Amino acid sequence: MNILSLFVVIPLLVMLLLFVSSDRRYVRTVVTTGFSAVLLLAGALVVMFLRERSVSDEAMLFVKDTVWYPALNIHYTVGVDGISVAMIALSAVIAFTGIFSSWNMERNYFLWYSMLAIGVFGFFISIDMFAMFMFYEIALIPMFLLIGVWGTGPKEFAAMKLTLMLMAGSAFLLTGILAIYFTSGATTMNILEIARNGIPLGKQYWIFPITFVGFGVLGALFPFHTWSPDGHASAPTAVSMLHAGVLMKLGGYGCFRVAIFLMPQAAEELSWIFLILTGISVVYGALGAIAQTDLKYINAYSSVSHCGLVLFAILMLNRTAMTGAVLQMLSHGLMTALFFSLIGVIYGRTHTRDIREMGGLMKVMPFAAVCYVIAGFASLGLPGLSGFVAETTIFVGSFQHADLLRRILTIAAASSIVITAVYILRAVGKFLYGPVQNPAHLQLTDAAWYEKLSAVALIICIATIGLWPSGVSTLISDSLAPILEQLNLL
Amino acid sequence: MEFTIYIILVPMLLFFVLALGGRWLGPRTAGIIGTAGMGAAALLSYIAVYKYFFAGAGIGPDGNYLTVTGFNAQWLRLTDSLHIDMGVLLDPISVMMLAVVTTVSLMVHIYSFGYMKGERGFQRYYAFLSLFSFSMLGLVVATNIFQMYIFWELVGASSYLLIGFYYTRPAAVAASKKAFIVTRFADFGFLIGILILSYCTKTFDFGAITADNASLAVRTMEGSSFLGLSSATWAMLLIFMGGAGKSAMFPLHIWLPDAMEGPTPVSALIHAATMVVAGVYLVARMFPVYLFAAPQVLTVIGYVGAFTALFAAIIAMVQTDIKRVLAFSTISQIAYMMVALGVSGMGGHAGEGYTASMFHLFTHAFFKALLFLGAGAVIHAVHSNEMEHMGGLRKRMPVTHITFLVACLAIAGIPPLSGFFSKDEILSAAMEGDKVLFAVLWIVAGITAFYMFRLYFRIFWGRESETARHAHEAPAVMLVPLAVLALLTCVTGFIPFSRFISPDNAPYALGINWGVAGASIAIGIAGIALAAWLYMRDSERPQRIAARMGGFYKAAKRRLYIDDAWAFLTKNIIFRRICAPIAWFDRHVIDGTWCGIANVTQRTSEAIKGIQNGRVQAYALLFIISVLLITIITLFI
Repeated sequence: MNILSLFVVIPLLVMLLLFVSSDRRYVRTVVTTGFSAVLLLAGALVVMFLRERSVSDEAMLFVKDTVWYPALNIHYTVGVDGISVAMIALSAVIAFTGIFSSWNMERNYFLWYSMLAIGVFGFFISIDMFAMFMFYEIALIPMFLLIGVWGTGPKEFAAMKLTLMLMAGSAFLLTGILAIYFTSGATTMNILEIARNGIPLGKQYWIFPITFVGFGVLGALFPFHTWSPDGHASAPTAVSMLHAGVLMKLGGYGCFRVAIFLMPQAAEELSWIFLILTGISVVYGALGAIAQTDLKYINAYSSVSHCGLVLFAILMLNRTAMTGAVLQMLSHGLMTALFFSLIGVIYGRTHTRDIREMGGLMKVMPFAAVCYVIAGFASLGLPGLSGFVAETTIFVGSFQHADLLRRILTIAAASSIVITAVYILRAVGKFLYGPVQNPAHLQLTDAAWYEKLSAVALIICIATIGLWPSGVSTLISDSLAPILEQLNLL
Repeated sequence: MEFTIYIILVPMLLFFVLALGGRWLGPRTAGIIGTAGMGAAALLSYIAVYKYFFAGAGIGPDGNYLTVTGFNAQWLRLTDSLHIDMGVLLDPISVMMLAVVTTVSLMVHIYSFGYMKGERGFQRYYAFLSLFSFSMLGLVVATNIFQMYIFWELVGASSYLLIGFYYTRPAAVAASKKAFIVTRFADFGFLIGILILSYCTKTFDFGAITADNASLAVRTMEGSSFLGLSSATWAMLLIFMGGAGKSAMFPLHIWLPDAMEGPTPVSALIHAATMVVAGVYLVARMFPVYLFAAPQVLTVIGYVGAFTALFAAIIAMVQTDIKRVLAFSTISQIAYMMVALGVSGMGGHAGEGYTASMFHLFTHAFFKALLFLGAGAVIHAVHSNEMEHMGGLRKRMPVTHITFLVACLAIAGIPPLSGFFSKDEILSAAMEGDKVLFAVLWIVAGITAFYMFRLYFRIFWGRESETARHAHEAPAVMLVPLAVLALLTCVTGFIPFSRFISPDNAPYALGINWGVAGASIAIGIAGIALAAWLYMRDSERPQRIAARMGGFYKAAKRRLYIDDAWAFLTKNIIFRRICAPIAWFDRHVIDGTWCGIANVTQRTSEAIKGIQNGRVQAYALLFIISVLLITIITLFI
């Protein structure tokens, strides 16, 4: 079997095995084995990819094409380039650590969790738009149940809102995909073939915006981002991790793979509109985060800002900025997962996420607190951690455009490094430092081993990218050749 | 000179060892490992100094100093021409800085053994010290501006961690946050400056940018302008903004006095001797670009420096917390260095300002560290930072007293101590460059002597307070660093700095300008005399004068309201008028719109769901009406 399909098959097997018994030990064994296998497989994929890359000039590697529905010429086509490999590795890490952050959950939770993983992996391995869209929808449905059933607070409302807004995005997307299918003249859903055929310029002008917005909703594009604060706040820990860490990346990845790759001319001409919107996302999200008091809301707004930067960088349409965008997806995925896993640790003990009701937790749970500070440093772009590498690449890349609008927007977006420092340090100062505010908190225990494992694994990934960025950066930037060709930059 | 990379790697390794293994090592072992490692780094940097300056490794065939690259490796490739490297650049100023940073760091490591004894988090403290030393050393040997920016951020973070070392104290937490955010704000300017500079010159490399009187920058940045200023001016002004933040220039100085909430040895290392001079070092590093591509910015630096020097000196006169006095004094002295750079030219005697600036940086590092460590010994003895809890300590703490006096005399510019020589050079450079700046600096020299001796007399003379009666001299482990630094303060002034450091790396001879020296000694002695008259004996005089000054005294005590202005801007304008409304707008307007759409959809379907009521008669009626309507419409339209 093709190695890529295994990423879908293993979670599927996990799902099937989970039907056997709901014994907690059994469930844990199955999911940890399953997702460890996925993690190892992702590692193997990286190695195999690097080896294959050095001998092959193809844009996509490990391609496997299976006819699925001949009448409409729909195929199940998988294949990866450096960017999808990076995203698969990210998803594998987060899905793996997510298990440990939801260690005490029941069987049904993990059923939907595995289905979510199928959707995510399937999306990243597909190069057929129909399969992509199908996996995208597969990822959305479990989210509704995971939040609605196992969430906290106004969970039904949050689940409904999140699903409806993302479904509205899918509606745009479906229109866009069908329009691409019918206008390209290639009578195929295969992205590479459509790119070869091209889409008439006149059609691009309206297909590009709807596709971009369709994916953009998931990437927290202003003003379609409001599902994110409620959704994240109500979701259980590992779902927040997967959602902010991976699912939001589907948006950025899709914008990149479909909207810009297939409609490069329109992207170039219309990018200014979306640059303004994403520029607003970056600054507005960060400023909004300053005024929040709920830890999850702070991170949700922070995600709006950081994911805004992803879309912003993609729209800069040059090699450096796009590399930065993918790096930012990785970096944001890892650190936001770390944030949410730690918030889970803290909330599980204090039963509050309001920073005003906590204080001095550094003394009570030093491990979790130190990890939180590290996550904060990563988020505010401290060198040595992944956030810095991504932001630097983005800002340097964006600044290579000489026109005034892009210059000003870049400077505006760069101002987020200051604003991020404000909201991160404000929160850290309030709830981790200072005297212990609530005497009941003195009795709390530090993170348990499974929670520590999750945090440490994520920190190692963050620090690795931060300290040795050139490997992953080259992996990404080499894979940009086809898209740059489309943009006539090569 | 390849071994110099280990000067940076050793502290880095120490950081990881102490941070990850500190808990198993125990405080004593952790402290010893940290100190021994720092000693090794210091030793290596002395070898580097010897090899570079004296053994010929750094001297070219024409007798000028060379720029030696000890190590360089690409870290991250950004565009075809831009890449961030990590390397070790050795030239006169970086080699000098290596010696300064490792020496002061080593002294602080030793001193902290006594000062931090029994503190919770002893290992954490040494781990952070190593992190700081690593970052600072990486900063000074940076081969390219982006490497400098990276380590610039790292020193900021280690400073944040160390200021907030006592994390249960709200004041320390607030101070660490303030320090980080203010310098981050300045770094934002720095980053944009780098982006502009690198866009034009297509390189980050210091060597390429500054070579040949910065001809690359001059050539590539001429012509283009934005809002009336050339891109070179913008870039260099913004880069200076970064330096001004780190070096606490007005109006970005507000974080430094608050940073005194950190442990005192940390203040000595970071907030007196090393990190805060990074801004001066940055300007010195980019000096040819400033001079040839953006000379107006150099003038701005001179005036900002002079204003800051005076401003901080005035505030220092009335502070009662001894560390705050020293903090404002640091701001004022760093501003001195900035002025010296601002008036400097290139080549031979014209480069006196540059030489003087680096000379003052060098001497100041030792005597200011000495002052802070001495103040630490006093604080350790009386458990307070306030002057009123001190007094008459000269008999109880003789070693601290003598070393503190040496440092006070040095900063007041009394020969033959080091401060005299470097200050004299700055003043004589200012005299030749700009008479106004000279006048300001000369007055500041007098004020400096006054407030330093006010501090000295109030700690060691005057009426003994209740707490001072129980004071004891510090342990030997704290006194040894004091003695070493005092010795350095006595001898470093005699180093002929112009033989080693000049803007074009060509050694030249520089004598003492006795006219200027006489004037500066005179005003220094006047300041000391005034302080002695007011504070040597307990008297009513200070209060009377303060009362006569009225509003001005109060304003100075309140740091001339700059902190209040910033607090107003951040709390009332940014938080209340921008952030909170945005959060509200997001929840109520934007989210309100989407929720509104959902509600309207729901209401509409509620309203029209009656049509689907399941009664066939109703459907038939609707059907007939519709058919009739369509028929009518098609017939008549």
